[in-house]
Amino acid sequence: MAKKFMYINRKAPYGTIYALESLEVVLIGAAFDQDVSLAFIGDGVYQLTKGQDTKAIGQKNFSPVYSALGDYEVTKIYIEKESLEERGLTLDDLQHLVWEDEDEDYAEKDSIRLVSRAELADVLDEQDVLLSF
Amino acid sequence: MKFALQINEGPYQHQAADSAIQFTKAALAKGHEIFRVFFYHDGVNNATRLAIPPQDDRNITQEWVKLQKEHNLDLVVCIAAAQRRGLIDEDEMNRQGKDANNISEGFRISGLGQLIEAGIEADRLIVFGA
Repeated sequence: MAKKFMYINRKAPYGTIYALESLEVVLIGAAFDQDVSLAFIGDGVYQLTKGQDTKAIGQKNFSPVYSALGDYEVTKIYIEKESLEERGLTLDDLQHLVWEDEDEDYAEKDSIRLVSRAELADVLDEQDVLLSF
Repeated sequence: MKFALQINEGPYQHQAADSAIQFTKAALAKGHEIFRVFFYHDGVNNATRLAIPPQDDRNITQEWVKLQKEHNLDLVVCIAAAQRRGLIDEDEMNRQGKDANNISEGFRISGLGQLIEAGIEADRLIVFGA
């Protein structure tokens, strides 16, 4: 039986390598047919911001990879509402992530679920495996 | 209970490596099973055999080696994280044309799938550091 895996992303995309190496685990883990979801909390919400430009810091901009998560059947992406608000961000500042539902003639559906801190706590409680980055 | 451990930080710099060793000892002493220890991020540096900590300090790599021998632990170093940071075994040294290798006995290098498998197989996956 599939386990519920959740990847909790807590750090800004650059400055440390945690965000990039978390994404590498998610992509590899997608091959294991588990029930996968991602959460972005704290500075982790910056990982999904639109229009990232890393030229000036001489690092690879890996943010386009998030838009491919739907193709890896990663379709549940939780964003903590308070974390956005505390940083003066709204969902409009984030990439629009979608997946195609093959059971509904490949209808495009939103992957992002905006949840409160309390709601996210309930989602965490349901998980079998929490990987925190 | 069957535990798997993920270690995300390097030795001496961060408490995570020490806590993981202490957790492992305590769990084994209580009769629990350690399914696998997976070293990721800077945690891969716990596997170098070339570290020379001061003589009056603990030797974290050697502590892992000792535990591995006593309990036949599966100590796995993430290959992607290790290559980035210059941690390589003899096979990788030859494959990549490098002039040295530094992985200690008792550790093996493998892929991230080993971490996911550990999450699936273990009753609990415990993350140390980050």
